[in-house]
Amino acid sequence: MKAGIVVFPGTNRERDMAIALHGATGLRPRMIFHRDTDLSGLDLVVLPGGFSHGDYLRCGAMAAHSPVMDAVRAFAGRGGHVLGVCNGFQVLTEAGLLPGALLRNAGLRFLSQDCQLRVERADTPWTRHYAPRQVFRAPMAHGDGNYFTDDATLDRLEGDGLVLFRYVTPSGEATPAANANGSARNIAGILSPNLRVMGLMPHPEDLVDPLMGGTDGLPLFAGMAEALAA
Amino acid sequence: MMPREVNQALAREFGLSADEYGRVLAIMGRTPSLTELGIFSVMWSEHCSYKSSRVWLKTLPTTAPWVIHGPGENAGVVAIGDGLAAIFKMESHNHPSFIEPYQGAATGVGGILRDVFTMGARPIANLNALRFGSPDDPRTRRVVDGVVRGIGGYGNCVGVPTVGGEVNFHPAYNGNPLVNAMTVGIAPADRIFLSAAAGIGNPVVYVGSKTGRDGIHGATMASTEFGKDSEDKRPTVQVGDPFTEKLLIEACLELMATDAIIGIQDMGAAGLTSSSVEMAGKGGVGIDLDLDQVPQRESAMTAYEMMLSESQERMLMVLRPDRQDVARAIFEKWELDFAVIGHLTDTGHIVVRHGGQVMADIPLDPLAEQAPLYHRPTADTPKHPPLGDVPDPVGLAAALETLIGCPDLCSRAWVWNQYDSTIGGQTVQRPGDADAAVVRIEGHDLALALTTDCTPRYCAADAEAGGMQAVAEAWRNLTAVGARPLAITDNMNFGNPEKPEIMGQFAASIRGMAAACVALDFPVVSGNVSLYNETEGRGILPTPAIGGLGVLEQAECCVGQALHPGLHLVLIGDTAGWLGQSLWLREVAGREDGPPPQVDLAAERRNGDFVRGLILGGTVLACHDVSDGGLLVAITEMALSGQVGAMLDADETHAFWFGEDQSRYVLAVLDAAPVLAAAAVAGVPARAIGVAGGDHLTLPGEVSISLGRLRTAHERFFPAWMES
Repeated sequence: MKAGIVVFPGTNRERDMAIALHGATGLRPRMIFHRDTDLSGLDLVVLPGGFSHGDYLRCGAMAAHSPVMDAVRAFAGRGGHVLGVCNGFQVLTEAGLLPGALLRNAGLRFLSQDCQLRVERADTPWTRHYAPRQVFRAPMAHGDGNYFTDDATLDRLEGDGLVLFRYVTPSGEATPAANANGSARNIAGILSPNLRVMGLMPHPEDLVDPLMGGTDGLPLFAGMAEALAA
Repeated sequence: MMPREVNQALAREFGLSADEYGRVLAIMGRTPSLTELGIFSVMWSEHCSYKSSRVWLKTLPTTAPWVIHGPGENAGVVAIGDGLAAIFKMESHNHPSFIEPYQGAATGVGGILRDVFTMGARPIANLNALRFGSPDDPRTRRVVDGVVRGIGGYGNCVGVPTVGGEVNFHPAYNGNPLVNAMTVGIAPADRIFLSAAAGIGNPVVYVGSKTGRDGIHGATMASTEFGKDSEDKRPTVQVGDPFTEKLLIEACLELMATDAIIGIQDMGAAGLTSSSVEMAGKGGVGIDLDLDQVPQRESAMTAYEMMLSESQERMLMVLRPDRQDVARAIFEKWELDFAVIGHLTDTGHIVVRHGGQVMADIPLDPLAEQAPLYHRPTADTPKHPPLGDVPDPVGLAAALETLIGCPDLCSRAWVWNQYDSTIGGQTVQRPGDADAAVVRIEGHDLALALTTDCTPRYCAADAEAGGMQAVAEAWRNLTAVGARPLAITDNMNFGNPEKPEIMGQFAASIRGMAAACVALDFPVVSGNVSLYNETEGRGILPTPAIGGLGVLEQAECCVGQALHPGLHLVLIGDTAGWLGQSLWLREVAGREDGPPPQVDLAAERRNGDFVRGLILGGTVLACHDVSDGGLLVAITEMALSGQVGAMLDADETHAFWFGEDQSRYVLAVLDAAPVLAAAAVAGVPARAIGVAGGDHLTLPGEVSISLGRLRTAHERFFPAWMES
């Protein structure tokens, strides 16, 4: 799997993502500066975490208009796989590649803590190494992760099986207490209809090494590497 | 600003004494211009000149075989192995953080980051040592909220993990909180960038943000006491832009990979003035600046304003002329301003031009060499008489519940959870997991252990003992994760140095620190002094905050503090039951009294070396030093971290369980017996005190308290206080 990581001005988790991808594939991902538009030869494009353009407008809003995003839209349109994490998820919604928006956290404070995620379906390129309904741990670190969209869209996402991860308790229940940022229906990650564009707020890439406290994020990257093996 | 006549009255407004203004007149041989007076006043401010503290700072030990650069550069540099260097420093932003907590704290983080990446390091960790007023003071909550948001807002955006620090409360900080920020970076040991300018004719280049009118005379503000009108000083607080800082980090590191840079210096306190004066001064050259070339955010700025602006996220560099285009391309790629604003000369003067006119022309040598240096009078603070016996008014269980929930010991999760501690993917021990944060070096087995420490109530009671204890505790916290302590950065926060008792506290703290540094091979490699921390004549507790750095050759050898069921608990170190200045005495008995615990530096070293050896040998599965609150609090913190209780079999009194005797650790091991035997051989006091297990903390005499109850007490304060 050849992966590219997009770097916007203000992106800051590209190195974390590169470590996780390198660990899963043995290949160093290509860093793609926001003014570049050449995505040729890539199996996966990742929009990593950070504060693109300072997030001084709506989070991800300016990045969504970068030259590289036209290329990413075209790449997705051709059936390419795109992963957006945290700020990358925000960019994907601003770019229209995924529905909804990420609002300020319900408590109006930045949240840096571990959360538990439940895998809603395991038959996707992203989650094939997890079991259905499996609960795994991931660090979250965001001020604007409160997923929001209208009820009709939420119903459609759920009806079409496009909700991939939810915030849950360690035993797997989607309770309000487990939903620290206040997301609609505890949604932490969603898919495009073809399952090939995925966005999520937490950071599985920061939990891929036992030394850092766990390997809960490894199956995501191992699964991707297997699904997208050239 | 309107042109003002330069005279002694104006000099006084600028913070210069009559004697200091006399020196200015002697150096210049004429009345200085407004811009020149501004340059003298900030360069000779306490903040920039260290005029009251320098004679004492010189007595600190600063060398060791692993020290590459000690004090005098932007930050300290130590070799950590694998051809790498750790670059680190702690710096205060106290005065601005009271006036405007969010921006004061945020720009504190930004400033210390620049001190570190200026030297060629990629920042890998931030820490912060915070002291706030009493939670009962109505202003404290606003300050805590703003400072925590500011630290998070800046650090999270630049993408450097905030991995540790400390938070204390005391009424002495009402109206004068302390915000001490520390940054640690990593660079190849043979690629360290310094600030000295060289090469007559070489271009002086300004990069980063544009210059505005913010922060003018910030360094002077930081060199005076606060009065009732302090909040009117808000215009002298700078505004931070972490996004620009992030770009500046990437652009500077990209440029540092080339051979373009001769000297580089961030524009911190006193902005363009101090950076240009220091670069030229260190290089022994002159410097000509043309302010018409300075990127400006506001129109019609005067030379005075531009030279004194403390606008953030700016750097000054001297480049090789043939590499100027390479450098310009990098900064344009990152969409940052890049402007040649001057060149080096052989005149030995700083000459500032604006609108075709010379606005300042000052000889650099006298500006530095004739800077005021004061041997201020000192007076000793009377020592507290011994405490005598203090009976236990409430019993062990009630005292423990009070202590574990008090503002100085309760969970800081509310604070840490607003700081991104995992970015970078190298954080081995997160905030609250261990005595020191542990961050692995990406691509290496090496890890750094990092801590900040100071117990101001000890320093107030006995500044020498307190200074010694602060250094020893930093050394102990690094040791407790298995690291070899290498060096410290110090952040000396004190009151008005013109008062002999304050200067006495300063001098005594330095004496205590120096003794500990020598005994523990733990030199000072960087630091910062913040004086005049007084509001309406009342000083803070003397607070020599210590930032400690240690190294682990194998990151995987480190241990945290979490207990596991079945482990034996072993107490290392002597316990006499020292209650003087203890938190038990303050929180349970309602007294702030007695002498603080003394550190026996030989025992400190012996106990610590023994503990580190056991950790690196794989014998220890969890370790926690015994500090604030004493032994029972330390065990409770280990139990809460591991979510497992403990049965303690030492039948002892409150002084044993809550005394704050120094140089002690609690180890959790599979089997106590061989550890006790090894300790006996090493001449280290050791005692088995119980076994981990169950969901209660149980003491002899049927004292038992559930972990759930302790957790509730521990986690209640911050959310209840801040969100009410």
